[in-house]
Amino acid sequence: MMPIGYYLFLSMALFLIGAIGVITRRNVIVVLMSIELILNAVNINLVAFSRIFGDVAGQVFALFIIADAAAEAVVGLGIIIAFFRNRETVLEDEMDLLKW
Amino acid sequence: MTPSGYFLEHLWLIPLFPLVTAALMLLIGRRLPRSAVSFFCVGSVFLSFVHAAGAVFQLLAVAPENRVYQQILFEWITPGAMPGPGGLVNFVADWGYLLDPLSCVMVLVVTGVGFLIHVYSIGYMGHEGGYYRFFGYMNLFMFSMLTLVLANNLLLLFVGWEGVGLCSYLLIGFYFLKKSAADAGKKAFIVNRIGDTGFLLGIFLIATTFGTVRFTSQMLSDPVAYAGILETLRAMVDQGRLAYGAPILTGIALLLFVGATGKSAQVPLYVWLPDAMEGPTPVSALIHAATMVTAGVYMVARMSAIYQLAPVAMDVVAIVGATTAIFAASMAVAQNDIKKVLAYSTISQLGYMFLALGVGAFSAGIFHLMTHSFFKALLFLGAGSVIHALSGEQDLRKMGGLWNTIPATSRPFLIATLAIAGIPPLAGFFSKDEILGHVFNRHNESLIMDRYLFLWAIGVVTAGITAFYMFRLFFQVFRGRSRVATELEEHIHESPKSMTVPLMILAFLSICGGWFALPVLWGENNTFGTFLEPALRGVKDEIGGVEVGHHTLFKEYLLMMASVGIATLGIWLAYRLYLQYPKLHSKVAAAWPRLHNLLINKYYVDEIYDALFVNRVKDLSTAFGVVDAKLIDGVGVDGAGWLARVISRISMWWDKWVIDGLVNLAGKITNGLSVPVRMFQTGVFSSYAVLILLGLAILLGYYGHHMHMIVRNLR
Repeated sequence: MMPIGYYLFLSMALFLIGAIGVITRRNVIVVLMSIELILNAVNINLVAFSRIFGDVAGQVFALFIIADAAAEAVVGLGIIIAFFRNRETVLEDEMDLLKW
Repeated sequence: MTPSGYFLEHLWLIPLFPLVTAALMLLIGRRLPRSAVSFFCVGSVFLSFVHAAGAVFQLLAVAPENRVYQQILFEWITPGAMPGPGGLVNFVADWGYLLDPLSCVMVLVVTGVGFLIHVYSIGYMGHEGGYYRFFGYMNLFMFSMLTLVLANNLLLLFVGWEGVGLCSYLLIGFYFLKKSAADAGKKAFIVNRIGDTGFLLGIFLIATTFGTVRFTSQMLSDPVAYAGILETLRAMVDQGRLAYGAPILTGIALLLFVGATGKSAQVPLYVWLPDAMEGPTPVSALIHAATMVTAGVYMVARMSAIYQLAPVAMDVVAIVGATTAIFAASMAVAQNDIKKVLAYSTISQLGYMFLALGVGAFSAGIFHLMTHSFFKALLFLGAGSVIHALSGEQDLRKMGGLWNTIPATSRPFLIATLAIAGIPPLAGFFSKDEILGHVFNRHNESLIMDRYLFLWAIGVVTAGITAFYMFRLFFQVFRGRSRVATELEEHIHESPKSMTVPLMILAFLSICGGWFALPVLWGENNTFGTFLEPALRGVKDEIGGVEVGHHTLFKEYLLMMASVGIATLGIWLAYRLYLQYPKLHSKVAAAWPRLHNLLINKYYVDEIYDALFVNRVKDLSTAFGVVDAKLIDGVGVDGAGWLARVISRISMWWDKWVIDGLVNLAGKITNGLSVPVRMFQTGVFSSYAVLILLGLAILLGYYGHHMHMIVRNLR
């Protein structure tokens, strides 16, 4: 059985790539994709710990997160399309309607 | 026995008839046909005349000392207690009518002559516009005049007095599109206001002195409650509280006389009457010759009890009367407008009446009032008929030779001319002679010149001038060569029957009107004077009353011959100057150019009044106008506006900087406080993400060791 450190390392790498993507990218679609990376990093984490502890609850939780990510993608893309129709942009620094 | 009967009990109907038709005319007259207007308006005056005549006959049925009928319709003004003689008195002015010999004469003259003039107007005004308006005003005038002569107190008399003034104004300005007519109406109204001021003050003085304005309490149920001026005056004289020549009585008499000079066109307030000729001719006849202008004479006669106790006022009345008589007569000489001549003649004759009143011959004054109303109405109506025949021509220089062309006008006109000239046995002779006789009788027996002899001389000279100018008028209109413009010549026509019949009736009255008062020396007692005597009797016979001079037959004849002689002289002069040698009068005028100019320009009195009063008043109003514009508008109104603006500017500043400042301060504070919070709200998505990660890192750092424990427990 593979030691848990590999899984955690992969999960951390994915999380950091996702986090850096969220922080640095201007395109909201890319940000959304980065959030998917973060979620999947969490999923790997959950499944890995579930395997080690022999507790199936972690895997069930991962399935929930996958469903949640799908729903989130639907809602997020819907918002982005609606916004694009109004402002013809998907760049986050131009989304400043609520700015004081 | 007290007077009674249907006509007396219905005395109030006499003024009511014309009032009703006047209201009818002025409300719906426009929609009535001319025949209906004539029927109602003339008919109502006729009914008044019938009732007046009936009432007079019923009054004549009783003994002379009982010939007073008073009828109080209702209490009109009841201000209650006011200071009067001997403490507080209950002042009341009623709406009541009084018929005594004096008002008998007036009411018969007003309704009788008034009726004839109304009939005449049907013909004269037949082609004029505003027919209903004319008759409406005329009937309103009849109502006012009858109220004036029938009033039982001074205040009601004043109502009538102002009413006739109003109608005079309306009728002078009847052709109101003509500026001269509108101006003449205004002039009449304003000049009368000056007189009325004095009259009103006189009434107030009477009210405070006697505590009543009722003329007499005779024939009233309760003589104490209904106190009259006459009785109060008598009581006050008896108690010694008022004496012959008391200043208060002189004051009252003079103030009342100021009113009379306005209404009766005496010097110095006569200037409105000549201009009043702008009105239609029947108006001149009715209002400005026969009735309204005699109101002043009537009022002074009505107040004779007071005048008899005020010798100074009497002298003023006599002197003003004589001055007016000769002054106006001299102006009539040079006038070329047929109606203007008659207007000055009216002023002059009114002066005669006041001369009579001023020497205490009240009945002679009223007698002349009556005869004058006959012949002067006839003269005006005749003049109207001439003007009618000549299609509106009024200039004497463009008339002539109408004697046979319009006989029904010219014959009565001659009678009136003879009557006013004082030729016996026509009416004017008797009345004028009676006045001159009374004036002469006041003169003391010595031959020293005193003021009465002087007044008599003025009266006689005026009689001569009167004869002269009247025959000048007559010759220029009816005799000699025709000077009528050729295009008018063929249109000359006699007036219709409705105009000529009144002329004939008035001519009859001008002949016979004087026979009511045949002189004493003809074996008659003066019927007219005896009839009037109870109404004109003073409060005490021994003071101030007329000393009835002993007429010696010789003196009486001498006086008559003097006045007839000078009248004949005047007629002869007019004949020489205007008929026998028609060019002569221009030569005479050329011989004295300055005198002629003075007369033609009426002594420049209008110009002098303009310079002295009218323009001064105008200057004063201009000054007031400047004050209004500069002080009231400039300082007052504009100043208030300026002040409001300054205050509002301060208020605005306060609002802007203090009130709004506080509001803004609240905003600013909130704004300032929000700065630290707002700094995190960058709106930059990535900064939020960093913050979230930071927060997560802090959370994880803080709870790290707990995590470790949880993991260990799980294991």
